[in-house]
Order: sequence, then structure tokens, then C-alpha cells
Amino acid sequence: MSQLGEEARLLAGGQSLIPLMKMRLARPSDLVDINFLPGLAGIQERSGELHFGALARHSDIEASEVAARIPIIHDCAAGIADVQVRNQGTIGGSLAEADPSGDWAAVLLALDTSVRCHGPKGERSLALGDFFKDAYTTALGPAELLREVIVQIPPKKSGGAYLAFKRCAPVYASASAAVQLTLGDKDTCADARIVLGCVGLTAIRARLAEAALRGTQLTAKAIETAAEAARAAAEPQSDMRGSAEYKRRLVAVLVKRAIGIAARRARGEQVEASHEYVGR
Amino acid sequence: MSAAEKVPVRVKVNGKPCEAAVEPRTLLVDFLREELNLTGTHVGCDTTYCGACTVLLNGRTVKSCTLFAVMADQGEITTVEGLAKNGALHPVQRAFAENHGLQCGYCTPGLLMSTVHLLSKHPRPAEKQIRRAIAGNTCRCTGYQNILKAIRAAAELSEKR
Repeated sequence: MSQLGEEARLLAGGQSLIPLMKMRLARPSDLVDINFLPGLAGIQERSGELHFGALARHSDIEASEVAARIPIIHDCAAGIADVQVRNQGTIGGSLAEADPSGDWAAVLLALDTSVRCHGPKGERSLALGDFFKDAYTTALGPAELLREVIVQIPPKKSGGAYLAFKRCAPVYASASAAVQLTLGDKDTCADARIVLGCVGLTAIRARLAEAALRGTQLTAKAIETAAEAARAAAEPQSDMRGSAEYKRRLVAVLVKRAIGIAARRARGEQVEASHEYVGR
Repeated sequence: MSAAEKVPVRVKVNGKPCEAAVEPRTLLVDFLREELNLTGTHVGCDTTYCGACTVLLNGRTVKSCTLFAVMADQGEITTVEGLAKNGALHPVQRAFAENHGLQCGYCTPGLLMSTVHLLSKHPRPAEKQIRRAIAGNTCRCTGYQNILKAIRAAAELSEKR
């Protein structure tokens, strides 16, 4: 990669990059296919962390019992696009592409996630929050490879949910919400993280919405306040997936629902959740 | 950009070893259709949406319009041409024919491959699993009802076999 220069790109699953190339929105000088590199597709649990090799496919994560330890991760993996895309697309490729409509960023930012990168200067680890710089832009150098995604397993009495709303399976979501909660004594909310997807240049952490939940008993009023704060934190643009106002309303609804599911899961209930679309 | 040097692709397609030198930018679907003359795999949207180009790569469905042929190197591919054996339709094909699971037929090769993949993982799929399994295959004729019927019938036929 160092020899090929700054316009060369690494190719993982190709499910974002190849469509972008077809639209001439990406014009790499060279592609280096990393699919043949061994040892980059594993999914393992090690000392309280889940380790995902960059080439772990969405469908591998969907089927993984290890990954199911964190339900919000399963929500995401099981609903990205459609079966064919999940069979080919990778977690590392999705993060490195940093598409504003990608699913993984919102989910993994709702958890404690770091990425291990490998470049000409050796290895380095970055918190995921420091990895995303802008739409389609990350902290990766031109010859640097995202090698592994490391997620802390949340403490007991935690639960999360990821809801993405889309017109049909293969398209990007109109808006999405990732909520991760930890409950304390007497069912109070000890910690909350709320991240919005598809409604900004990068995934947006809705900190005021999180603050509206912390210390409360997740009453209807607290949830309403959080949803309203999330709506205000969204920065959507009007496009073919809906007007900015529509997406703001959607965000509020998704956050509200996701908080409900996250809370039930935190209390130990089994709840199914994933992307929502017509005909599912 | 200068004409790219051709690169070799070696794959097994429907059990038969195939080798060709292609431009690196060649999509898998074009490789199958243009190099190997396997035109059963269709190009519908060419934008990773419709699923008409769905084939099995190493046992898993992929959209062959969204994969470079070189990415499939050393892999095993099954296309719709690989389903029928000795002139007898595959149970999934039979179920689609008998249940009117198609009208114009353009999307059918992709739907057949998605169904084969589904039944390989879930021989007795629940309704929800069937719907999820074909969410990446667009049909503009049938309204899907007969496709769902065909897939349920295919599951029964495959079980009996």
C-alpha cells in the first residue's frame, strides 16, 4: 500500500466500495484485495471483551453465539441490508468506509469499542470515537489497515437495542438509533448511551438524551424527554429517504422504542429486535 | 488510465473447473455471462439492490454484480445452470414451476439461488425466515405470494427427496 500511493484502497467485502465505484463516487487507482489474508475473520471472547477480525462477515456475526453475548450487536448484524450483502460485507470494511448511513458505527459507539490498526509504523489502538473524522473519513493512514474491532462486554444488568427503519431490506436506513443502558439499584438507570445513525455526517452521540435518562427510573416522562433531546441532536438532510423533519420525528420514535427494548433486556427479558421495513 | 493487465481467475463453476484471464475490474456476473456464457444469471439493477444476479459462492449467496471476479478466485460457484441434474429440475425449480412462483421470470434465477441457500441452512424454514431470506430479491410481477407458496412447497419437496 505504501508503494501504491494515497489513491489506492483496500478491498474487503466490497459491498460499499464497489457500488460507490460504479457510481464513480470512488475512483481508486488500485485495489488491494485483503480477503485472502488469513486470521482476520475470527470472532472470539477474551477476558471480558469480544474480538472481531476485520473480515468477519455480517452473517458470521449474525450466526455467532459469542457475538450474541451483546444483543445490540446481533440486532445490527442480522438486519444489515439483505442476506447476500450480509454474506459478503465485513465489519471492518463497514467501519473503514465510514459511510454516514452505515449501521455499525452507531451500534459500536453505544458500546466501549476500540479498533486495532496495522500500518507501516506498526500497530496502534484507537477508541472508536477517535476513529471517525467525517463522512467517509477516518483516522486511518493511506497504508493502514483496520485489523480488529474490540468491544467490552457490558456489565451485568445491561441491555441495548438497535433499531433502524428502512423502506425495504437492501437500502440504507432512513434513520437509526442505538441505545445501551445499565440499570442500578431499584431499577434506576445507572448509565445510558444513545447514538443516532443516518442523520448526520457521522453517527451522533445524543448526550443530552443520555443525561435525561441517567438517575431516573425510566419513567414515561424521562423517556419522552430523552426522545425529544435525541430529535434535537439529529442533523438530518432532506433526501430521497425523507425530509429532514420526517427523519427527526423518526429518530424520536426509534429512540423511544429502543429505550423500551434495552430496558427490558437489561432486566433479563429476551426481546427480538432488528431493522424494520415493510414485508419483513 | 492505461488498459489494465489481465489477471487469471480460477474457479469451479457448477462443479467444473474454469480458468480465464480477465481485466481486474470485471464483475463476477460479467465473468459468468460473457466469459463462460452462463447467461442464466441475470443483471437486473446493477446497484446491489434487486438480487437477480444472486449466485452461490462457497455455499453462500452473493450478488455477483457486486463482486469482482478476481475476488472469487479459487472459489466454488453455483449458478442456476447448476441446479437441474440430468435434465430433471431441482426440487426448488419444480416448486416454483408448479406454484406459479414466476411470471416474466427475470428475477427467478436469483430467487432460486436464495431459496437453495435458505433450505441448506434451514430445511424447514418458518414463515419469517422465508421472508427474511428473500428480502434481497426483488420481483416486479408476482406480488410475492406465489413465491412464498413455492418456497414452502420447495421445503416439503426437498424433505421428501
